[in-house]
Amino acid sequence: MAGVTRQGMAARVARDIPEGWFVNLGIGIPTMVADHVPVEREVILHSENGILGMGPAPEPGKGNAWLVNAGKQQVTLRPGGSFFHHADSFGMIRGGHIDLCVLGAFEVASNGDIANWATSENDSAPAVGGAMDLAAGAKRLWVVMDHTTKDGRPKLVESCGYPLTAPGAVQRVYTNLAVVDVVQGRGFVLREILAEGMSFAELQAQTGAVLHTDA
Amino acid sequence: MINKIVQSIAESLEGVKDGATVLMGGFGAVGQPDELIEGLLEQGARDLTVVANNAGAGKVGLARLMMEGRVRKIICSFPRSAGSTVFEELYRAGKLELEIVPQGTLAERMRAAGAGIPAFFTPTGAGTKLAQGKESRVFNGREHILEHALPGDVALIEAWQADRWGNLTYRESGRNFNPVMAMAATLTVAQTHHILDLGEISPDHVHTPGIFVQRVVQVERGAPWV
Repeated sequence: MAGVTRQGMAARVARDIPEGWFVNLGIGIPTMVADHVPVEREVILHSENGILGMGPAPEPGKGNAWLVNAGKQQVTLRPGGSFFHHADSFGMIRGGHIDLCVLGAFEVASNGDIANWATSENDSAPAVGGAMDLAAGAKRLWVVMDHTTKDGRPKLVESCGYPLTAPGAVQRVYTNLAVVDVVQGRGFVLREILAEGMSFAELQAQTGAVLHTDA
Repeated sequence: MINKIVQSIAESLEGVKDGATVLMGGFGAVGQPDELIEGLLEQGARDLTVVANNAGAGKVGLARLMMEGRVRKIICSFPRSAGSTVFEELYRAGKLELEIVPQGTLAERMRAAGAGIPAFFTPTGAGTKLAQGKESRVFNGREHILEHALPGDVALIEAWQADRWGNLTYRESGRNFNPVMAMAATLTVAQTHHILDLGEISPDHVHTPGIFVQRVVQVERGAPWV
């Protein structure tokens, strides 16, 4: 019973983003979400380095060195897009103007804590970037990540072992196996199993905290 | 007649002192004042505190400044990136102090410095290890931490157009940290691709008014920046 692919996870997230939202996408699978939002559904992408209305990567040979995303890859601008400086860009994030931020993570806890920036207390060179601003400031924070680590340890946990990015910030987690909400006072609530043929008990066995169901 | 345009990089960096806090614009390579940073190597100031989003790459610019032992401390949000080996080696060897600041807090601390705000509360970083040693206070039921303004002695920035009063425009995502750094420093030096006559930049389109800029030097960087 295989889980969904990285593209499948990105597509599943994209399905839940309605027209009109201002959305900031993190590096990795979150970036791929943009490719799965149909062009006719107008979702306005924000990039922390001062862009609204960010479009896809340029066609080969049409790149513009002045126009990069948060991962420093070249991108394009859609008609209606705009540029602004860093304090305004983070004013949008910190001031609660961004409807949704999608980030990757090392761990998410059942109380919504997220750890996604440093892998130990003594990281040789920690790098936080805009993750803490986004986690604390966006109206909604969704995480897209594998359900377990490569060696099979759960990434949905009772309590994060890695240094926190923000406490109590995550509302929803999309993994290669399932869609899980974080509900204050309850913890993880299963919305959907994505892995074909997987039972609730099998999913629970790969999850480091209790999975509730609405039923 | 006011004329902030100087004729050389060397002239633009006159008076930068040992121990100075230097704000360096740019997000990665975009909007980064490469020639001014290289000029600082020649200029000779040492024991610098550098404020920048990233910690340099390769062995040029900021990375070379660090390699030559001229930087005491770096304040940034994301030091680790492709090619940031000089930073990583010096940091691991204990030869470089590092202050990690969330990117929005970094921008806001400089904006605050430019706007006369000595400190502010923010929820960003509350409840994390970056809150250690910081005053905290609850507003509307949520924990916030106190962050202090971050002024610079010098800001080195990159503009697209400039005039002799120091009015500036930036190009596309090259704007990034440059405007807030211009506000936050005592001496702001802008390298610019183009110099226009006074009045040629539409007043409606000035991004950084000349009040925030002390010196302008023209640098034509060539491809891919034209």
